[in-house]
Amino acid sequence: MSAHENEEKMILDVKDLHASVEGSPILNGMNLSLKPGEVHAIMGPNGSGKSTFANVLAGREDYTVEKGSVRYRDLDLLDLDPEERACEGIFLAFQYPVSIPGISNAYFLRSALNAVRRYKEEPEVDAVDFLQLVRSKMELVGMDEKLLQRSVNDGFSGGEKKRNEILQMAVLDPKLAILDETDSGLDIDALRIVAEGVNALRGGDRSFIVVTHYQRLLDYIVPDHVHVLSEGQIVRSGDKTLAHELEREGYSWLESGHAAEKSQEAS
Amino acid sequence: MSEAEELQKLADKEYEFGFVTDVESDSLPPGLDEDTIREIVKRKGEPDWLLEYRLKAFRHWQTMEDPAWAKVEKNTVNYQDLIYYSAPKPKKQLESLDEVDPELLETFEKLGISLEEQKRLSNVAVDAVFDSVSVATTFSDKLAELGIIFCSFSEAVKEHPELVRKYLGSVVPYTDNFYSALNSAVFSDGSFCYIPKGVACPMELSTYFRINAAGTGQFERTLIVADEGSTVSYLEGCTAPMRDENQLHAAVVELVALEEATIKYSTVQNWYPGDADGVGGIYNFVTKRGLCKGDRSKISWTQVETGSAITWKYPSCILQGDDSIGEFYSVALTNNFQQADTGTKMVHLGKRTKSTIISKGISAGQGQNTYRGLVDVKKGAEDARNFSQCDSMLLGDRCGAHTFPYVEVRNPSAKVEHEATTSKIGEDQIFYCNQRGISTEDAVSMIVNGFCKEVFSELPMEFAVEAQKLLAVSLEGSVG
Ligand SMILES: Nc1ncnc2c1ncn2[C@@H]1O[C@H](COP(=O)(O)OP(=O)(O)OP(=O)(O)O)[C@@H](O)[C@H]1O
Ligand SMILES: [Mg+2]
Repeated sequence: MSAHENEEKMILDVKDLHASVEGSPILNGMNLSLKPGEVHAIMGPNGSGKSTFANVLAGREDYTVEKGSVRYRDLDLLDLDPEERACEGIFLAFQYPVSIPGISNAYFLRSALNAVRRYKEEPEVDAVDFLQLVRSKMELVGMDEKLLQRSVNDGFSGGEKKRNEILQMAVLDPKLAILDETDSGLDIDALRIVAEGVNALRGGDRSFIVVTHYQRLLDYIVPDHVHVLSEGQIVRSGDKTLAHELEREGYSWLESGHAAEKSQEAS
Repeated sequence: MSEAEELQKLADKEYEFGFVTDVESDSLPPGLDEDTIREIVKRKGEPDWLLEYRLKAFRHWQTMEDPAWAKVEKNTVNYQDLIYYSAPKPKKQLESLDEVDPELLETFEKLGISLEEQKRLSNVAVDAVFDSVSVATTFSDKLAELGIIFCSFSEAVKEHPELVRKYLGSVVPYTDNFYSALNSAVFSDGSFCYIPKGVACPMELSTYFRINAAGTGQFERTLIVADEGSTVSYLEGCTAPMRDENQLHAAVVELVALEEATIKYSTVQNWYPGDADGVGGIYNFVTKRGLCKGDRSKISWTQVETGSAITWKYPSCILQGDDSIGEFYSVALTNNFQQADTGTKMVHLGKRTKSTIISKGISAGQGQNTYRGLVDVKKGAEDARNFSQCDSMLLGDRCGAHTFPYVEVRNPSAKVEHEATTSKIGEDQIFYCNQRGISTEDAVSMIVNGFCKEVFSELPMEFAVEAQKLLAVSLEGSVG
């Protein structure tokens, strides 16, 4: 296949995706395409399905895909186990990072990195190389080295958890990173540091889906596209100015029945 | 890192140690009566006082009933079907490894604990028990320089009868329970260890048990005496060959710590638990008890139990000396149809005695895991302290965890604290690991290891590594 064709290729192509939890539909026909290197922001009211979308992409079993398809690079994403998706370069920064008592952050991260490397048939990293790598990445996200020896997210402050997600992302070097409200719970400085960390990882073919409620984050991480999710559908898409508009006007327009209409305009 | 490879070998995959060694056994026919005991004594060349002891125990045992009180279900053992003596040939005491039956060495090799390697590798002295007779003892010379005695129980009976006679049954009398009575009557061999006054044993003392010849009940006897001001750390680990019939193991371990002595006893137990349907597997009914006889003495039990079809085991401490300390750190895992009923007894007699109990129970499959503990503060135990923490983790919804913490306090100055938690292994945690590329199996073993951390950190380093791998192996296929 030619280089030209490659460029045109989508890294992610979601078509008419329907998903439900315990019988109740949550995603109702999602469509989304990302080109390599793009940053897409997804906004939308609470409960509109943003985290659900992120979790479905990551392969969480609680969600049943009823209909639709997801192509990721050359792969049918929905055919893969969660760990295969991770090893293929999908990274989800959790809205609520999970703690694992008794397992050190360093051990966890090294196990993850080596799992990915084994999958790619690359040699595993030894403790020394790992420490070097992780130290450089910790600088990037401005994280205290002491957190390496603490149990994974156990007793971490909200901000520390979010930074830890970004640290993991930096170490695991994904192709598509999905950040689910990584900005919530961060103070202004932390927000800037995390955003800088993300920006440092931006570039090349790495793509991002950034879920957020606040335009503030998008001042730092400037998106190529902004989408509004409502009731499990993208109802509006636009460029970064859409985020400003939402900040000013909120989501009240969704209720006035314009949603479908605006969606038409967008596509 | 040949040590790591060693441990790897030891802990690798399903039940790798399910092989049977082809050594010619010199066994007694099945069955048990007074003549059997006389025959054991004769073959082992034991003195009259020991014959007397055994016979008294046997007569007492005959008056007792097979206990059924613990929360486990079990098939009845027919004691007349068991073989009570079995010795591998050659029987004579060996000077060096060259004299050991090559077949035996091969077995040890398969277990990843070849004595050759052990000798070269480490500062771990190994008294290997193969079936009922010890076949090789290493490091004895080095230990002898310090006056430390570490030998098979049979040898101790011959060489140090005064010590054995003084302490045998002093902590676990044969009248204690059904299995201790049986053990006292027919025990075959085991380990004996004496640390003289003021000596800190410079290496971990270690025994590897192995049940071999089919249908042989194994009755180990271990006695450790730490004289005033001495310290010792003792490791016990075991594996057994796969067999489609239940095998009984009823060991007795007695520890005696005199004034200011410290004994640390660590066990990693990996006996055949039966297949995925619960067929076969070892019955493990062990009596382990330590006596903190002297003031300021300390006994610490650490156990990691992953094996056996049925486990009844309550390593206990009698805190007799003032300011003495008892500790119990335990991880017990049950998978498939395994049943474990374990815990501890802390008996506070002396003033300002202190005990700590940390128990982690993990149940998977249809495993049933019971913690049964007793903190018993007697009248004279002024200002006694106890802290107990019992945590259970469930994997799946067909397994069970049960906690029975009994507390008896007869002195009002006592402070007894108890904490207990039960948690299900989190889908959230597993998914989080999956999302970072870690497989479900590895995730489960990681989360469980994290859960057990407080106990593992009490184990000597190499044992901790081994224990983690055993948990991983034992949990294979239990989730996902
Ligand atoms: N595991 C679940 N069980 C039941 N309902 C669920 C589950 N997960 C999500 N839902 C429901 O699906 C809907 C969408 O939830 P989701 O978390 O995707 O929203 P969100 O857009 O991320 O909201 P927020 O902005 O508050 O994070 C909600 O109504 C939620 O209650
Ligand atoms: Mg959300």
